[in-house]
Amino acid sequence: MRKFFVLLSREVRSYFYSPIAYIVLVFFLLVSGADFYFQLSFMNQRPVPYSVQEAFFNSVFFWFAFVLIFPLITMRLFAEEFKLGTIEPLMTAPIRDWQVVLSKFFGALIFYMILWIPTLLYFAIFQAITHQPAANSGGAYLGAYLMLLLLGMFYLSVGCLASVLTKNQIIAAIISFCVITLLFFLGLVSFILLDVSSSTRQLLGYFSAIEQMGTLSRGEIDTRPIVLYLSMTIVMLVLTHQAFQSRKWRL
Amino acid sequence: MIKVENLTKRYAGQTAIQDLNFEVGKGEIMGFLGPNGAGKSTTMRILSSFMPPTSGRATIAGFDIFEQSLQARAQLGYMPENVPLYGDMRVNEYLEYRAALKGVPQRRIAERVGDVKELCGLKEVEKKLIGALSKGYRQRVGLADALVHEPALLILDEPTSGLDPNQIRQVRELIKNLGKQHTILLSTHILPEVEMTCSRVIIINRGRIEACDTPENLLGQIRTAGGISLEAQVGSDNGAEELKKIAGVRDVTTASEGEWSLFALRVESGADVRAEVFRLATQRHWTVRELSQRKATLEDVFVEITHPDAR
Repeated sequence: MRKFFVLLSREVRSYFYSPIAYIVLVFFLLVSGADFYFQLSFMNQRPVPYSVQEAFFNSVFFWFAFVLIFPLITMRLFAEEFKLGTIEPLMTAPIRDWQVVLSKFFGALIFYMILWIPTLLYFAIFQAITHQPAANSGGAYLGAYLMLLLLGMFYLSVGCLASVLTKNQIIAAIISFCVITLLFFLGLVSFILLDVSSSTRQLLGYFSAIEQMGTLSRGEIDTRPIVLYLSMTIVMLVLTHQAFQSRKWRL
Repeated sequence: MIKVENLTKRYAGQTAIQDLNFEVGKGEIMGFLGPNGAGKSTTMRILSSFMPPTSGRATIAGFDIFEQSLQARAQLGYMPENVPLYGDMRVNEYLEYRAALKGVPQRRIAERVGDVKELCGLKEVEKKLIGALSKGYRQRVGLADALVHEPALLILDEPTSGLDPNQIRQVRELIKNLGKQHTILLSTHILPEVEMTCSRVIIINRGRIEACDTPENLLGQIRTAGGISLEAQVGSDNGAEELKKIAGVRDVTTASEGEWSLFALRVESGADVRAEVFRLATQRHWTVRELSQRKATLEDVFVEITHPDAR
């Protein structure tokens, strides 16, 4: 277990050694700040039936920034080690493959969670200035951030898998970007299908991140996305582990 | 310390190493010689559990490298060829990280990292980014990394490649000193290095072991243990014919430089025919300007074994 934490701490720190972390942080702050600003100015003009917090987590801006960050966070995880050859000293140390896979995944997850910390501040500032709650209930915060965590875990695990498949970071980024956007737009299809009762629409609805976010950010904690994303994350990590182990036989 | 039995590795369509068998005893410094692509790195990567063999088995300190890979890896310090390192970490940071990863207890990390920095001469760059270090320092960081958990066995893949002569000398001294406490398996192209540091040598060519012995014995075994060169004015004599009559001379090649003839004599191993050559020269009234013996080096052994037609 100690070795896992040694690896994890290097993974988290390594984000901050490279400029990527700061670029992602700044990009993300800009987009989420703009999102928050535009939602508020829109609400200033007319009455709306939703809260500031719901508006923030369900805008186009938000989703745009959201799908872009995963390839940036995960592309270097394994690909860079393969490219630099540092995989050799790493894997000849007495550590297990799963320790490496999990440390890279949780390292990425911790960085991802750090990204979201400033957004808590938006709601606190809003509340301090307007003396009005930004959300309808505490559960709404919980739901929205839970959804972020779940979806983040799944998309990060997809990124891990993409990165373990190649030693070229760009290829890893493109694979994970394509897969993540595809998965994301799969959920959007349900909005295009006009036949409300069709079973395809219903099926796709289960995968629709936008719909799930709508539900959870209202404070309705639905267990279906929890089960879906946790199990998908585990599947992706098992695949990553398999692909990582298979490198030995491909050498 | 290392025991290798019938180790074979095949890559897609080609055999990298074939049925290797050797043992390295505790405290030995074993040199691993061979031309590029002979299978040195492959063997070392297999021994360090970086990749599995196709067939055969190997144990390190009694631990099977495949079945008990973790225990085997805990016993060894491995320095890969070209020393891949994280360029974005500082020397101190990297060594502390590696020490923790290899299971050095928390309270001993500072001491161990201090020791290996001292040993490898890294004190003056300890706060530098590894990416900013010269090749020589990177090599030393790699060596410090291999040593940091006090492994019983060191596997060093070309520890002196890319270094300048002074650095090579330093690393060689370091390895010699390390050999007092550690078992070492090292590969290299630099033959004088092996002669100076290693207690035994394995010569590997095209994936097979061609020879495995002490450097002295290998020198004794080869057909042409060095030779003698003679530069003389022989007048009207046929110098080569005369020289060939001396017992122990296998072959004479002649070249000329103006009125001087240059003879290169190949002699039987162990034979020293310089006195006979001198006697012949005085008897035939040759004017001699050079008579010297060239001792066989490991290079001759190497060339003879890996390239039998070259000489």
